[in-house]
Amino acid sequence: MSDAPPNAPKPPAAGRAGTKRELPERFKAYRHVWVAIECEHGVVHPVSLELLGEGRKLADKRGVDLAGVVLAGDSLTAAQTAAAAFEHGADLVYTVTAPILAHYRNETYTRAMTDLVNAHQPEILLLGATNLGRDLAGSVATTLQTGLTADCTELAIDDEGSLAATRPTFGGSLLCTILTLNYRPQMATVRPRVMAMPAREPGRWGRIVEHPLDLSEEDVVTKVLRFIADRESDKAQLAYADIVVAGGLGLRSAENFQLVRALAEVLGGDYGGSRPLVQKGWITADRQIGQTGKTIRPKLYIAAGISGAIQHRVGVEGADTIVAINTDPNAPIFDFAHLGVVADAIELLPALTRAFQAHLSVNRLAG
Amino acid sequence: MHIVVCMKQVPDSAQIRVHPVTNTIMRQGVPTIINPYDLFALEEALRLRDRLGGEVTVLTMGPPMAEESLRKALTFGADRAVLLTDRAFAGSDTLATSFALAAALNKISQEFGEPPIVFTGKQTIDGDTAQVGPGIAKRLGLNQLTYVARIADLDPAAGTITVERRAEGGLQVLQTRLPVLITMLEGVNEIRRGSLDDAYRAARAQVVRWSAADAGITELARCGLKGSPTIVKKVFAPQGRAEKVRQVPTADRSADELAIDVIAAIFRTQPPLEDDLLRFAAGQ
Ligand SMILES: Cc1cc2nc3c(=O)[nH]c(=O)nc-3n(C[C@H](O)[C@H](O)[C@H](O)COP(=O)(O)OP(=O)(O)OC[C@H]3O[C@@H](n4cnc5c(N)ncnc54)[C@H](O)[C@@H]3O)c2cc1C
Ligand SMILES: Nc1ncnc2c1ncn2[C@@H]1O[C@H](COP(=O)(O)O)[C@@H](O)[C@H]1O
Repeated sequence: MSDAPPNAPKPPAAGRAGTKRELPERFKAYRHVWVAIECEHGVVHPVSLELLGEGRKLADKRGVDLAGVVLAGDSLTAAQTAAAAFEHGADLVYTVTAPILAHYRNETYTRAMTDLVNAHQPEILLLGATNLGRDLAGSVATTLQTGLTADCTELAIDDEGSLAATRPTFGGSLLCTILTLNYRPQMATVRPRVMAMPAREPGRWGRIVEHPLDLSEEDVVTKVLRFIADRESDKAQLAYADIVVAGGLGLRSAENFQLVRALAEVLGGDYGGSRPLVQKGWITADRQIGQTGKTIRPKLYIAAGISGAIQHRVGVEGADTIVAINTDPNAPIFDFAHLGVVADAIELLPALTRAFQAHLSVNRLAG
Repeated sequence: MHIVVCMKQVPDSAQIRVHPVTNTIMRQGVPTIINPYDLFALEEALRLRDRLGGEVTVLTMGPPMAEESLRKALTFGADRAVLLTDRAFAGSDTLATSFALAAALNKISQEFGEPPIVFTGKQTIDGDTAQVGPGIAKRLGLNQLTYVARIADLDPAAGTITVERRAEGGLQVLQTRLPVLITMLEGVNEIRRGSLDDAYRAARAQVVRWSAADAGITELARCGLKGSPTIVKKVFAPQGRAEKVRQVPTADRSADELAIDVIAAIFRTQPPLEDDLLRFAAGQ
């Protein structure tokens, strides 16, 4: 085992890192805001577009360009991904196109990304906090020996022009704002659905800068043997559902949880639950909503028998309308719900299912 | 085969309370636990050892009291525990943490044999960054396998490993060469109940305790607060919503009547939703 990752910068001079605002000379040329555009199996991950929306604001505040970074296996994928980036606010797009980038691998992507950063020197680099983004961000930050703030809920530029990245801490009970003072780029990851999707501007276009990758398949140790796609029915579309119905321990049994699914189905929505339900095995882990589960941003969120702990709250606050059903009028969920119903969810859920069904069919006949 | 598992002692954050007036964390009396995600890594390591022979070393960087969680790991059946503890590590962010752990892993290699597999958990519940694993891998030049759901094949003689890795929309089947760093996905196994023998052994075992110097760290500027490029500017409590919840009156209403009121209230709050739903119903 050795301690010299390729692409590493020279070790910084000894001193109290982070306590001085003065940026070392070698970082002074670092400019512009970059967003990694994640594309797997031909699909651009929506979190990357959400980040472009946020990146646009940061770039405008700094008076710099917003660039998308596209790593792709072929030029068609690269072009399509770049187009999506332009339509969602990028001024320019850096592309690295090589067959060995067709599937995500840590080694190849880290190399392509660190090459790009060293060549074009961004001041801020944002990635989605997906499995891919987290895997990549950790390696890139270590290779470049810069700071990385994970799972941010808010990004801003402070008075002195630094990226102020805010994230939950202490199990979500508090928030903290983190700065990367004298290293560049300042890196952050953000989970899907935490930031709003920017409006798409069809036909918007910009400059593409192609960068070579000096790496061939023989140099890469890790091989992708296969990809086992999740069954369609297993793919919880929870994070992107317009309507979500969720249950908590107040439902008292796995059987009663079916009442949540029934209501979700009538509404054409998706369903989920609080973390204890995963621990009890009533729902699978990909249905968990909250800080250590999914962040959702539906138009309508109905929470039945959920107390509204802070770890749950941070995952649902982006919903347009939150309806809470809870027997306890003092439950914390009523601190952030829009509509509250102090009632027994086990009775109200089936009543809601019936009433929605009736409402929708009557109005359809009338219409 | 020698396997190392990195684990962290964390406060049981379910029991952390925020002081209602000062908005500061009340740490006093909060019990500590082994980071729950690390137990999946430990169990996977123990299973490999049981199958292939060898030893499992658990490694923690933390204050002296972190020895407690190492002892707990010994009761589960780990063979050796190493505590990396030094004032110089205080205030480490992920970069400084992975620097120190990488140094300790090098020392472990020298003292107890090079591990073909180093495990970490997916993430910690207090840091939540999921970066320390990748950071260690990069520093030590280990092939990195994150979010591993299953070890499909391991051939120590050939020096190869095949795993299923959780990716967006499916599992990636990856094959690579040892040595590797694996971050284990949660929920893929369940930590065993240790045997009575293990409990006795754990009670008597000597936890290896290393300072920064013991681990061969000479560049103290890369440790702790000094070695951390990120700084915490402020910590604050989330703000309450200005707008108050509107309660739907429930007195004297049957469940069915109440349901009708609730639906009306929802559509009053957000009229376009009714059209969306009607369109969905029409499409069925
Ligand atoms: C590090 C960490 C991460 C976490 N991450 C998450 C996360 O991502 N997501 C998450 O959800 N939690 C998470 N938690 C757990 C969280 O702290 C809470 O423990 C959890 O959300 C509580 O779940 P609950 O509301 O279902 O259960 P409870 O808190 O037990 O609440 C049950 C509620 O149901 C009500 N009730 C009882 N009977 C009825 C009835 N008949 N009808 C209507 N209401 C009824 C009760 O009044 C009560 O408010 C995390 C915790 C930690 C420490
Ligand atoms: N202080 C530490 N000592 C040992 N292992 C650690 C420490 N901090 C983090 N780890 C390991 O790194 C993983 C990821 O941690 P984190 O990046 O904090 O989410 C954890 O699951 C642990 O396995």
